[in-house]
Amino acid sequence: MNQPASAYFLEDRHDPNETHTLSVLVQNEPGVLARVIGLFSGRGYNIESLTVSETESQKHLSRITIVTTGTPMVIQQIKHQLDRMIPVYRVVDMTLTKRAIERELAMVKVRSTGEPRVEALRLADAFRARVIDATTESFVFEITGNTDKITQFIDLMRPLGLVEVARTGVAAIGRGPEGM
Amino acid sequence: MTDKSHDPNQMTGAAMIVRALIDHGVQHLFGYPGGAVLPIYDEIFQQSEVEHILVRHEQGAGHAAEGYARSTGKPGVVLVTSGPGATNMVTPLADALMDSIPLVCITGQVPTHLIGNDAFQECDTVGITRPCTKHNWLVRNVNDLAKVLHEAFYVATTGRPGPVVVDVPKDVQFATGTYHPPRKSDVHISYSPRVKGDAMQIRKAVALLAGAKRPVIYSGGGVINAGREASKLLRELVEVTGFPITSTLMGLGAYPASGPNWLGMLGMHGTYEANMTMHDCDVMLCVGARFDDRITGRTDAFSPNSKKIHIDIDPSSINKNIRVDVPIIGDCGDVLADILQVFKAEAKKPDIKPWWQQIATWRARNSLAFKPNRDVIMPQYAIQRLFELTRGRDTYITTEVGQHQMWAAQFYGFEEPHRWMTSGGLGTMGYGLPAAIGVQVAHPDSLVIDIGGDASVQMTMQEMSTAVQYELPVKIFILNNQYMGMVRQWQQLLHGNRLSHSYSEALPDFVKLAEAYGGVGLQVSKPGDLDGAIKEMISVKKPVLFDCRVAALENCFPMIPSGKAHNEMILPAEASDPAAAFAGGKALV
Ligand SMILES: Cc1ncc(C[n+]2csc(CCOP(=O)(O)OP(=O)(O)O)c2C)c(N)n1
Ligand SMILES: [Mg+2]
Repeated sequence: MNQPASAYFLEDRHDPNETHTLSVLVQNEPGVLARVIGLFSGRGYNIESLTVSETESQKHLSRITIVTTGTPMVIQQIKHQLDRMIPVYRVVDMTLTKRAIERELAMVKVRSTGEPRVEALRLADAFRARVIDATTESFVFEITGNTDKITQFIDLMRPLGLVEVARTGVAAIGRGPEGM
Repeated sequence: MTDKSHDPNQMTGAAMIVRALIDHGVQHLFGYPGGAVLPIYDEIFQQSEVEHILVRHEQGAGHAAEGYARSTGKPGVVLVTSGPGATNMVTPLADALMDSIPLVCITGQVPTHLIGNDAFQECDTVGITRPCTKHNWLVRNVNDLAKVLHEAFYVATTGRPGPVVVDVPKDVQFATGTYHPPRKSDVHISYSPRVKGDAMQIRKAVALLAGAKRPVIYSGGGVINAGREASKLLRELVEVTGFPITSTLMGLGAYPASGPNWLGMLGMHGTYEANMTMHDCDVMLCVGARFDDRITGRTDAFSPNSKKIHIDIDPSSINKNIRVDVPIIGDCGDVLADILQVFKAEAKKPDIKPWWQQIATWRARNSLAFKPNRDVIMPQYAIQRLFELTRGRDTYITTEVGQHQMWAAQFYGFEEPHRWMTSGGLGTMGYGLPAAIGVQVAHPDSLVIDIGGDASVQMTMQEMSTAVQYELPVKIFILNNQYMGMVRQWQQLLHGNRLSHSYSEALPDFVKLAEAYGGVGLQVSKPGDLDGAIKEMISVKKPVLFDCRVAALENCFPMIPSGKAHNEMILPAEASDPAAAFAGGKALV
């Protein structure tokens, strides 16, 4: 192997990347989100999407949902690295459970008149997006669904006068009666 | 409201801190005062149960606490002020995190109402230290302080040990609240490290060990951290199985260097036999080590034909660099005990004679050979003499970072755990001198030697003053090659010998420097004078700077060069060639 002179062993790794959704149950205390984000930036992991909110306020529990990409070995590392943080209760790889539902919400602002405006409405209807604000020259649509559906909807709106988008990021939950 | 004025658990935050230290059995505290910790210093002044050691720089306090912790197995405790006090602690915290050393560091913080205002000596201590601690806390309410302090000790010392920081604003130190002694409920319920290994995995491991033809045990700092009992169990396992054993830099002493199955250290500057055994083995038992890049060399060529068993208390160590076949999460001591029990009940010592014969041929190459010299002290020879002349004594060795560190690891034989303190993961120059001070505080009657380099010791030299103040007779044994030798070696081997800024120009006169501090300075440059000077150093009951002038351009071998595998080591020119080694090996077996 040819490499520049270095005190480190420089290696290319060619394992294919995978996308996984992790649900992380944490103690809701100051700095906990900074710890999680710091772990990702510090160790060079990717964050595709991250959502967080308190889910059980009397127990001070928050649930963080992270969509990340990496080789299988890296994804396993991420899970273990999260798991060993002191305020983290549990980490579940929702992608591995194969039984998770993922949803995202987006608000999509479109500005147009005439035929494009009519077309936007028609598409919104097909995607079950709701109109939550309207003027004579604009709409704000609210749409929920998995990431692909939302991305597809946004792509369709682009030629129809897309102004801006606000997305929540992914929330995920397992199917069936059991909790995580 | 009830009258709390007579409740003995009502006290100020500052008093709680000292009380918690006492409740956790802390006898020594390393620190440096400043505005944001004055209430705590006031409490320290008014008691005598905890002895405070005043350092000269907060980094010194941190490394001293690390040395203290590593030589005793107890947590090291540090107290520093806000702002610069806290930032000066960052290096030792990062060092302790890398080497899994339990530290509890208490930092002062500006009063809560000033936090975020860029107040005098304010810094975001929890933000800065978050990635270099196992966990940290900012305590905003005096009534949370007792719980947080107890949790801090628990987190630092259990599971995979590590440093923690408790940041206490000055108003919280002044405020009065309720203290409680340590209790179980003080700990996050989300934190429960696993100690006991999975029984199924242990059986799988024993089956692999029992069927091995070319086994090796590769042990690390985790065995030392798991306590003396773990080292005993490791020795017993070697005895019962008859397997060869090597260790990382961090693990030296768990198995004695004089033991018959010892292969020497492995890795970048490990012995030929250790690295070849790792490369060619069919079953590898990794105990409390983490397959770090100084150990594995090229990962895609690392021990390609072996089944790997990995015992580690930290699940994130498993499959991080190297994929293993049988991971066992648990404390090294507990898991070794279980493996031994199952092995003794169900397996017998495998016959591995041919493997030992193979190893003997590798050993016979004598990969640590160096050219003796009558006029100049060879650095390896200096360590050999130091070892011989301190043998049988109650000795602790610390090091700085560089060639001297590797020579110390190669040529000083460690017989017991907790006797060897070196900065392994972070590779912190300036570690050894303050670490030696911490070790000496814990073991006042022992011989404590820092094997140093001329460049490294200058990074924390000011702690000589601490050693003199507290009458800590540490011996700073400097292998003075007038270079940042390890940097020079890399430049020679990899950068066309362009020695860019690696010459130690304007070195101080270490003898005068020692005297200026009130210690003793010794200097030797002739091999014939070395023994006498070492004996003198040992007999002096004061801190000593020993300026050992050694061959300037000696390189540290063997060495796995970058991008190479274990079986592609560079051996010193003095090593036997394979044919001679083979003959020698034959003679040995
Ligand atoms: C704080 C710090 N800065 C830089 C380095 C990089 N470094 C590693 S070894 C070394 C040279 C050490 O020189 P010396 O202490 O004289 O030891 P020698 O290698 O000569 O034995 C340097 C600069 C380091 N390890 N630590
Ligand atoms: Mg040097």
